[in-house]
Amino acid sequence: MMKKDTYIFGIETSCDETAAAIVKNGTEIVSNVVSSQIESHKRFGGVVPEIASRHHVEQIISVLNKTLEQAGLTFSDMDAIAVTKGPGLVGALLIGVNAAKAIAFAHNLPLIGVHHIAGHIYANRLVKEMTFPLLSLVVSGGHTELVYMKEHGSFEVIGETRDDAAGEAYDKVARTLHLPYPGGPHIDRLAAEGQDTYGLPRVRLEEGSYDFSFSGLKSAVINTVHNAEQRGEVIIPENLAASFQASVVEVLTEKTVRAAKEYNVKQVLLSGGVAANKGLRTSLETVFSELKEVQLVIPPLLLCTDNAAMIAAAGTILFEQGKRDGMDMNGDPGLDIETF
Amino acid sequence: MKTLAIDTSTYTLSIGLADGDVILAEQVTNVKKNHSVRVMPAIQSLMNDVEIKPEDLEKIIVANGPGSYTGVRIGVTIAKTLAWTLNIPIAAVSSLASLAASAPVIDGLVCPIFDARRGRVFTGLYRLSNGTVETMIEDRNVLVTDWCEELLQQNEKILFVGQESILHEKTIAEQMGESAVFAGKAVPYTRPAALLTLGKETENNPAEVVPNYARLAEAEAKWLEANEKKTNGGE
Ligand SMILES: [Zn+2]
Repeated sequence: MMKKDTYIFGIETSCDETAAAIVKNGTEIVSNVVSSQIESHKRFGGVVPEIASRHHVEQIISVLNKTLEQAGLTFSDMDAIAVTKGPGLVGALLIGVNAAKAIAFAHNLPLIGVHHIAGHIYANRLVKEMTFPLLSLVVSGGHTELVYMKEHGSFEVIGETRDDAAGEAYDKVARTLHLPYPGGPHIDRLAAEGQDTYGLPRVRLEEGSYDFSFSGLKSAVINTVHNAEQRGEVIIPENLAASFQASVVEVLTEKTVRAAKEYNVKQVLLSGGVAANKGLRTSLETVFSELKEVQLVIPPLLLCTDNAAMIAAAGTILFEQGKRDGMDMNGDPGLDIETF
Repeated sequence: MKTLAIDTSTYTLSIGLADGDVILAEQVTNVKKNHSVRVMPAIQSLMNDVEIKPEDLEKIIVANGPGSYTGVRIGVTIAKTLAWTLNIPIAAVSSLASLAASAPVIDGLVCPIFDARRGRVFTGLYRLSNGTVETMIEDRNVLVTDWCEELLQQNEKILFVGQESILHEKTIAEQMGESAVFAGKAVPYTRPAALLTLGKETENNPAEVVPNYARLAEAEAKWLEANEKKTNGGE
């Protein structure tokens, strides 16, 4: 007998993208719709939670509708509804969670709460099948984590940031250099034109640690700009961007390679919005091209930033493993990936 | 027509079910608890109780504010998603009109009040007559003292309703004297039956139903203020 296909409908509203998607068998995108609010947050220089929530509630139906239309499917074709339960902005999460509950109730479908970072990691499965054990470097506006997976659905955080996320540091440094929000892509672009001349620190923390810290580096950038102003010197933005990026990329790459070797992983997956960073991609590609026993997977840009296909992909595994949530499910801004 | 009504715009959770003119069920819980956790289970158990399945529903009515931003969004999101996915009409009604319509008034002016902190309220003015509700002054976020001045111009007795009106009773009584009558304790919250009646004639497109916050987001208000200063050439 042929195995029936599994269709999971995913919803993601944890930050400033209203997104929905349908994924077949956990690996194939049937439809993927993302409505970004970035334009309306630009004037505030960052995501304003209340504004984000307002946009989500305005956009949700049109996003859900487009997702079904693009797929040419209905909810009666679906096996379950997966939704980001956390972490994220609580008011924003609640829109996706309550929309998901309404759909699950209306069509008597299973409801599955998904951890946002688990989603980011599973975005990779839409590109290449996972081989275990694997390691994922998750870098985004809100996260910098090294997650070890010995099998599907099992997540062990072996390293995380102790202060700022890498993406946060990028945004703050961009602001110091008077670059528009969001700053990451601008720094990446400037860095490509400059040289690592400012001698910024590499924060590695104690011997053997896989944790990260970027607030010291961020302060070093701010001090460099401040001191130059005091001395009447001109900062070369390209070089400062290159110096900052070199420090971030070097630390991320070094820790990822070391962990990949120590944990004997077969795959390294890059996940999260900062995975779009060319400097980081190039650095990882260079190092892992010499480490033949480890396969490096970097999803395309569209799957690195927040989307719902990744939530549906992670939801598929959880669905197959029998995870179900009830109608009393809540958004959880501090959800733990190891226990969710 | 089997209709579900939802109001989560204050901490009171009001859910009602009707079949045509017959109210089948009303559920109100007036405790400060998390709406996001409780609304769907409450809807599920109430529908179960009166043996209505989701696919039996023919209309959804929702109170779309003003009120608690998060509360309003939870109710609106559930209501519009249900209406959209079941392909049935939705009616968005004012949370304040629903509270006003919960008053047992045959003929007269009713002023519903939700507290909005720092001397401000979400409020509006409604005329109830023979079961109809007419909007006299649109819903707004206003200082109680300014509001009383405006209400005095009606030259008519006004009934204040809603449990949070009690917080402002003293201020209102001082300013309005005998023009103000208080029923905050008798009409503490929105009755689901009032919602069900109020939304009867209205039909909205689910995608277009959005909360009425009656107030800009704080960040937006500040941004506008800063920009106004800029265009006016400084202070
Ligand atoms: Zn993300």
